[in-house]
Amino acid sequence: MKKERHILLLFPHPDDETFGAAGTVLMHKRKHGTKVTCATLTSGEMGRNLGNPPVANRETLPIVRRQEFERACEIMEIDELLHLGYRDKTLEFEDIQEVASHLKEVIEKVNPTLVISFYPGLSIHPDHDATGEAVVEAMKQIPEAERPTLHTKAIAAHSVKEIGEPDIVHDIDELMDQKLKAIDAHESQMQEVSAITKQKLSEGDEDTEAWIRYEEFWTYEF
Amino acid sequence: MKNIEKNAVQAALDTFSGKQMYVHFEMTNGAYAAYRHGKFHAAGGYVRNARQDIKHGKITGDGPYRVGLKTENGWIFAEGLSVFEQNDGSLYLYGFDEQEKLSIALQLSTAPF
Repeated sequence: MKKERHILLLFPHPDDETFGAAGTVLMHKRKHGTKVTCATLTSGEMGRNLGNPPVANRETLPIVRRQEFERACEIMEIDELLHLGYRDKTLEFEDIQEVASHLKEVIEKVNPTLVISFYPGLSIHPDHDATGEAVVEAMKQIPEAERPTLHTKAIAAHSVKEIGEPDIVHDIDELMDQKLKAIDAHESQMQEVSAITKQKLSEGDEDTEAWIRYEEFWTYEF
Repeated sequence: MKNIEKNAVQAALDTFSGKQMYVHFEMTNGAYAAYRHGKFHAAGGYVRNARQDIKHGKITGDGPYRVGLKTENGWIFAEGLSVFEQNDGSLYLYGFDEQEKLSIALQLSTAPF
């Protein structure tokens, strides 16, 4: 694992960062004391899970999710949180160049050595793909000499067929419990996923273990 | 948020008659529907802060309930509603699917959301 001075996570919904990179963040922290900033583009205000029984309504969900995000980031030992103020489910309809300019400002201000986000077009949710697209566009506008490395997550089933195997696979092994705790922190969203995941892990289900244990990234080539 | 009490919802709807209201309306079966269920068709949509002149509104059915609002220029209709929340000047109506995920929301408010 290469030493990074500062990592910036750029994800659209509070909880994407946890599923995608919780173990990776903790590994960088443990090995190199890397500083980590996590930016969420939206507050996940259109999430379908309001908790079971409900802990929020449509108007209070963003407040609840912000609190859950803060708690999850605390568990992931993240140093700095940023809310970029977009609205859930609208990212693909924003002017991509405007979002890219905004993200470029954020990247330049945070000044990371590594950015982690989604791979555009292979990330299932339209907000994920739009975020990946805007991040790539923002990075292109940064002169090559100053451009941080970009690691992307591709989660669509046909990703390997499209772009090959991921070049980075982190086995987070002993950090799995801490990642599961961070997932649990997104309580309003994750009750069902968390319960099923724990059940399958206790049954020794290999796919579920692999899903939590191996965090995969594709280095984006500009 | 509690299970719909038909009389309480009807009383709230009655207070909106003849008023200009802001409407948040959404339906969804989830952005991950296709990913999780293979060929399942992901469909949904939402309207936020549509300003509507309400003529009258009615709640019908025995649960899940239906709500229809006759407006100056048309209609608003929602079905599959099972819970509600009422605040000063606003009424939130929701329906959840079999996994307790939100599938429909109709919110009315005298002020924008």
